[in-house]
Amino acid sequence: MGRSADRLSLVLLFTPFALWIGLLIVLPQLGIGYVSLREKVGVNEFTFGFGNYAAFFEEPIYRNTLLRTAWISILVTALALIMGFPVAYYIAKIAKERSRAGLFLMCLIPLWVSDLVRAYGWILLLRETGVISTTLVSLGIISGPVEMLYNDVTVIIGLVYTVILFMIVPLVSTLQGMDDALLEAGYNLGGSRLTVFRRIIVPYAMPGIVAGCIITFMLTAGSYLTPILLGGKNSSWFTEQIYTQFITRYNWEMGSTFGVLLLIFTSLVVWLGLRLTGQSLATTVAKE
Amino acid sequence: MNDLSCERVTKKFGHFTAVSEVSLDVPSGAFFSILGPSGCGKTTLMRMIAGFETPSSGDIRIKGESVLGLPPNRRNVKMVFQHLALFPMMNVGENIAYGLRCRGDARSGIAEKVARVLDRVGLPGVEEKRIEQLSGGQKQRIAIARCMVLEPDVLLLDEPLGALDLKLREHMKIELKQLQHQFETTFLYITHDQSEALVMSDQVAVMNAGRFEQIGSPRELYDRPVSGFVAGFVGDANCIPGKIAEIRSGEARVELPQGGEVIGKLCDGSRTGDDVEVFLRPEALRLGAGGAGQSLEGTVDSLLFNGANSRILMRAGTGQLLEVAIPAEAPAIAEGDAATVNWRPDHALVFARRAG
Repeated sequence: MGRSADRLSLVLLFTPFALWIGLLIVLPQLGIGYVSLREKVGVNEFTFGFGNYAAFFEEPIYRNTLLRTAWISILVTALALIMGFPVAYYIAKIAKERSRAGLFLMCLIPLWVSDLVRAYGWILLLRETGVISTTLVSLGIISGPVEMLYNDVTVIIGLVYTVILFMIVPLVSTLQGMDDALLEAGYNLGGSRLTVFRRIIVPYAMPGIVAGCIITFMLTAGSYLTPILLGGKNSSWFTEQIYTQFITRYNWEMGSTFGVLLLIFTSLVVWLGLRLTGQSLATTVAKE
Repeated sequence: MNDLSCERVTKKFGHFTAVSEVSLDVPSGAFFSILGPSGCGKTTLMRMIAGFETPSSGDIRIKGESVLGLPPNRRNVKMVFQHLALFPMMNVGENIAYGLRCRGDARSGIAEKVARVLDRVGLPGVEEKRIEQLSGGQKQRIAIARCMVLEPDVLLLDEPLGALDLKLREHMKIELKQLQHQFETTFLYITHDQSEALVMSDQVAVMNAGRFEQIGSPRELYDRPVSGFVAGFVGDANCIPGKIAEIRSGEARVELPQGGEVIGKLCDGSRTGDDVEVFLRPEALRLGAGGAGQSLEGTVDSLLFNGANSRILMRAGTGQLLEVAIPAEAPAIAEGDAATVNWRPDHALVFARRAG
């Protein structure tokens, strides 16, 4: 009786998870994979093959868009890490117990506003008739209004702003687990600030760094709103290509191919990143 | 020459004085302990010596040179932390090599030095082990090896035995003492456990509320405490409160609140009529009747068996509970028996009553 009750509770607890994974993640992915292998030869006539994939590799603009997306995503991840680490370190180690929760909350507050609204916030600031441009003109620093939207720098700023929180949260939680005595021992045994940072703080924070980097990279590479709104037509973001194939061109086969390629390619980048830094998921993200 | 000297070192945090005008001299090669209850300022003092805190006033000298201007990483004092603070992301060998690499030792010599120090602490060949694979006692020895490989002028130990279980703690006490002999380095040991301090140290400073109450050898502290705090904190003692009725040639006759009196040696400047406490060591009490003011009658409340350290818990007729050491050839005694204890007046120490 006890065992069947155990089994029942396991089934009940596991079912929502299995349904969610199965219906919303595995099944659509299988569908996308299936569609991506379909080639249209006439009205409602299809053959199967790797033609769509071949088309992707034959067309430089597709390849370049994917490479460009990956490259900017890596840059955004690196910037988020460089800017997020001091913030996380301050919150976890330097701030007083009382102000810690408040500071953490201040990092979270932007999340309460939707991506769309936040992107429009940047547009208000940066457009030709926006706050910054008009202020600079009225102060006489520049002679005429300047358009600051629709370039790569703006896209990168917007993306870093959107994803940095997902870097800070895992970093704060790993750094909070670090005993201050480790740092003091590091100094006591003769280490300079740089040595302590390089040999003690960074290795200790590695699980958080890896987790944060994977999350931010995946979020950035898969983001749509921010690059489109801030980068406009120039953004050449890969998700935009997928959107175009599905919605504008009504070419679901090609769109699915792009979707699969984006997943494979970003996974490959994460794997490569782990290999290059000598980390593995088991010793970092899955630790403890 | 003294390896470590502190001169009137004071540390204030706002209005709170954590360490007040502390002076000490630790001769080369000594095992020096600072003994005090938690919150007495001993950790703050050690952190000032290591350089993690700056004294509000006073001077700290290592090998005769003031180190106040030196940051922690430039001072040749190494520290064994309370929870050891071994680096979990490095293996044993890397932990020990860390300090050598910070110092800029040649790569070729490091492995040899690491092997040698591991040998000296009795753990040869564990370089490749991860920290979490070690037992508590082994971690302790690695933490000491990590400091000793740098040949410090002074090794600071901040209650390193606190986290160990009792059996291992007893064992490590002896081992620490042996290691200190072997390395011939000055040890400054901080503890709240009086038995650790007494067993291991050449010199002990008893600290209370930011001040040193007394500095001396363990035997001096035990036999000739200078204050009620030291008498009560170092070793076991029965403490009997009372009021001085009469002082005659260095001996005070103390009246107990529920009647009866005790004669003891007056050890400070208390005068007739002052509230005092009489300290009697369990082993200074003998079973049997004694002269007036040198004995108390009562009944055996319970027997506390602890091998060679067994005690009788006796309730005196005047209400006090007294611990009495049972001598080796003790007569058979049972709970509820009537008993009388006596003592020599110079074994009963009379001090002014402590506040609180």
